[in-house]
Amino acid sequence: MIRKPVDIGDPHRLYTVTGGRSRGEEAGLDLVTLIVSECRPTEGMQSEHVRILELCAHPTAVVEIAADLRLPITVVKILLGDLLAAGRITARNPRPSAAHGDAPESALLKEVLIGLRNL
Amino acid sequence: MDSATSEAPARTPLADAAETGLKIVIVGGFGVGKTTLVRSVSEIRPLNTEEVMTQAGAGVDDTAGLRNKNTTTVAFDFGRISLNEQTVLYLFGAPGQERFWFLWDRLFSGTLGAVVLVDTRRMADSWYAIDRLEHHRTPFVVAVNRFDDDASRFSLDEIRQALDLPEDVPLVDCDARLRESGKNVLITLVDHLYQQALAREMTA
Repeated sequence: MIRKPVDIGDPHRLYTVTGGRSRGEEAGLDLVTLIVSECRPTEGMQSEHVRILELCAHPTAVVEIAADLRLPITVVKILLGDLLAAGRITARNPRPSAAHGDAPESALLKEVLIGLRNL
Repeated sequence: MDSATSEAPARTPLADAAETGLKIVIVGGFGVGKTTLVRSVSEIRPLNTEEVMTQAGAGVDDTAGLRNKNTTTVAFDFGRISLNEQTVLYLFGAPGQERFWFLWDRLFSGTLGAVVLVDTRRMADSWYAIDRLEHHRTPFVVAVNRFDDDASRFSLDEIRQALDLPEDVPLVDCDARLRESGKNVLITLVDHLYQQALAREMTA
């Protein structure tokens, strides 16, 4: 199969990248879920998977991966779902806004306030 | 990864201990300065991405009026602020027009809160955004971008009236180009959220 260059506007391209799935189990991925690689790319891996594994050598948010790959978020979530299922990446999900571990929501917001004031 | 073939990302990666991503959304009409605000406080040059909704994905939201469309594409800019080693805040600049709100639940659920950025020359642009945020029960503050020396100089009271903004919604002036000013807007929002959370926890 010949790979076309990445082109957001081309539906055939998106079809190819995702193996024809229009939506995947998105594995509960959020825009700001941080993705971390658990292995290096290997020979014969789909080019998008390779790129994701390279990017996520350090924690990288789903939305940053989408921006780097120049692919829509939905498509990136499908790709990430594949890698998650294969154990090649792990996902650090955002804390639900109602809870900060066992601490109340105000503790999380206070942490954010302190971070912003220290900028 | 130290592989010689791996392309180094052009921006500073997050700390390896980073574990929590948080969201704040900046909403406003075209040209109001959303990306300018993101840029002034972000530690990275703002990035752009997009979401495509196909027919298969429709129906997760109120899609009235969009049912006959096969795909809708919405592009948005974002930046980030590392708050500490573990926590990173993402700022999203989101267009306020109708077709965008169709994706709100999908993209921005779980946002801490929103900033409505207002241009006094086009205040009507903000009405829809404010209405939608109230509808979604997303807490927000309103920031008036006083760029171009804003000749009109409506007072904040006049603007509050024009926007029919409840007293408990913070309203501040800003210059989206300035880091300190942008930072102040974010602090105003998060302080508002913090006070609300404290009040809820007191009564819980």
